[in-house]
Amino acid sequence: MKKFVMLVLVSAFALTGFAQAETLSLLTWKGYAPQALVDKFEKETGIKVEVTYSNNEEMIAKLRATRGAGFDLAQPSQDRISSVQEKYKIYQALDYTKIDAKLFIPSMLSAVKKNTQVAGDSFAVPFCWGTSGLIVNSAKAAGANSWKALLDDKYNGRVSYRLKRPTLIAMGFALGYDPFALYSDATAYKAMLDKIGETLIAAKPLVKNYWANGDALLESMRSEEVFVAMAWDAGGWKLHENNNVIDFVAPKEGALGWIDTFAIPSKAKNLDAAYKWINFMLKPENAGYFTTTEKYATASQGANAFISPEVRGNFERTFPQAAIDNIKWYPPVPAQLESMEGKVLDKVKAAK
Amino acid sequence: MAVPRSSKAVFWIFLAPVLCWLLLLIVLPHLDLLRMSFAGENELGDMTWTLQNYRNFFTEPIYWNTFLRTAVFSIITTFITFLLAMPVAFYIVKVVRPRLQGAMMLMLLLPFWVSELVRIYGWMILLRESGVINHFLVKFGLIDRPIEMLYNDATMIMGLVYTSMLFMVVPLISVMESLDDSLIEAAYDLGSSKSVIWFKIILPHCKPGITSGSIVVFMLVLGNYLTPNLMGGKNSLWFTEQIYNQFIASFNWNQGAAFGFLLLLLSSLIIWIGLKLSRQKLGEVAS
Repeated sequence: MKKFVMLVLVSAFALTGFAQAETLSLLTWKGYAPQALVDKFEKETGIKVEVTYSNNEEMIAKLRATRGAGFDLAQPSQDRISSVQEKYKIYQALDYTKIDAKLFIPSMLSAVKKNTQVAGDSFAVPFCWGTSGLIVNSAKAAGANSWKALLDDKYNGRVSYRLKRPTLIAMGFALGYDPFALYSDATAYKAMLDKIGETLIAAKPLVKNYWANGDALLESMRSEEVFVAMAWDAGGWKLHENNNVIDFVAPKEGALGWIDTFAIPSKAKNLDAAYKWINFMLKPENAGYFTTTEKYATASQGANAFISPEVRGNFERTFPQAAIDNIKWYPPVPAQLESMEGKVLDKVKAAK
Repeated sequence: MAVPRSSKAVFWIFLAPVLCWLLLLIVLPHLDLLRMSFAGENELGDMTWTLQNYRNFFTEPIYWNTFLRTAVFSIITTFITFLLAMPVAFYIVKVVRPRLQGAMMLMLLLPFWVSELVRIYGWMILLRESGVINHFLVKFGLIDRPIEMLYNDATMIMGLVYTSMLFMVVPLISVMESLDDSLIEAAYDLGSSKSVIWFKIILPHCKPGITSGSIVVFMLVLGNYLTPNLMGGKNSLWFTEQIYNQFIASFNWNQGAAFGFLLLLLSSLIIWIGLKLSRQKLGEVAS
């Protein structure tokens, strides 16, 4: 027994010894660091990438708990950076001279720079973008093309969405509000949230479940347990590959557009590796590979040549010019809205 | 007896890691949480001391309703677990041949070799509308079309009972082992019925085991997060989820910390009431 314990201890030390090689710890979303690219990066630079999967809320909570330590690079959405930075100071200003600006689509880079500005410094560069809309099984729910389909009792028990803030925003648009215009007016926003809360509670019997995990949602769409769901475009396109009656639909109120970014936590240890990873991921061939496998649209300039025709086809099928012009891009979220939203979401979840 | 000085030093040396562990990982974080739970922000965004976080719990119905719901479901789950664990423990200790006892225990332990998440996903694969059980029921013509068995309270309780069975069975087995068979035999000799034997001999003897098992199961269920969230589906807001939401979704750590302490206090209160009702003392149960 003693020998065994010693063996375990010794091997544990040995392992940590090996891990001393240069590493980049990346806090990101599922699918944002495909294994093939991680391997390629390690081969090119000798830097090992440790990937932690998360989402916007947990990313912020993790970095807030350590005051910005523990990770070298994070990938929050662009609308969730400036207010969080103002309050908790968890990121450091990016050094744009270390980033190869030629790799980015210029308009997107400047939009993200502008939206993540706090006290004169900017905190992020774009990585990829996409929209939230509807995934529809057109054999079972033909013609569902509005957020209102999620409230339609034609699809009783066949509807699924997340209980997170994008759903509230979508419902706001469905009910004829413009939530983004109300961002600056807390009382009006509260009134809208109350109305949305009532609507969602009334529509609760129609809901199959509130999905929490993207893979689980795709599984219930695939097995035809769910006909209409609110989700990301990439998920719908993934399903379309295997079963072409299922597809992503940009709702007529406008799909919700998000941009996910790269931002460097304030106590990042390996800055060099972080900038290297950013430039590496935005290289056209790597960004093209990422978009082809994961379906998310990239912020990389010139990656088009490296994207497979089917994936480009997805985009052209879903987004005619009018739908693109109609995308509602998330503006930066003011700080106090999130606790109001949290309360409404709790109420919806707790309601019978 | 006089203890030599050196052995006293040894005692402290061995105790030190435990004390460090308790202090660093339990006491200090809790003190910080306690501090946080009394902090708040005034209109200007500056930090102030306040009881508002605690007041919110009592003034906002959805918070204490959620707690109530969580507590009631935890008590139900504990009771069902006890009902199921009692015969299992009795069977393992008194009925089955001694050689098989080890194998039986192993079978109980086996599901705990995989993580809770995997176990829950296993249940979800079995129970979902397009799942294994529905597939066979339809195939054998027992139902016409698949029914959704997930996302309701009954399934959630079943999942919770499943994950907490072991923690009830083990203490029950250990108290039952000390139960002298001759007591049961004597009762039979004197002509008492089976129910009398259960209620007058076996249950009173097992009382400490039942209580400690119930406390463990109750606390585990109350603090569970995964099972209610994944199996309970749409209307099962569990109190732990509310704490998570405060910390993660609303960025309101102060409120989350206050909820955490309320959970601790209220669950201790429930256990205290349970002990009073069953006329037991925590010291007796723990020994």
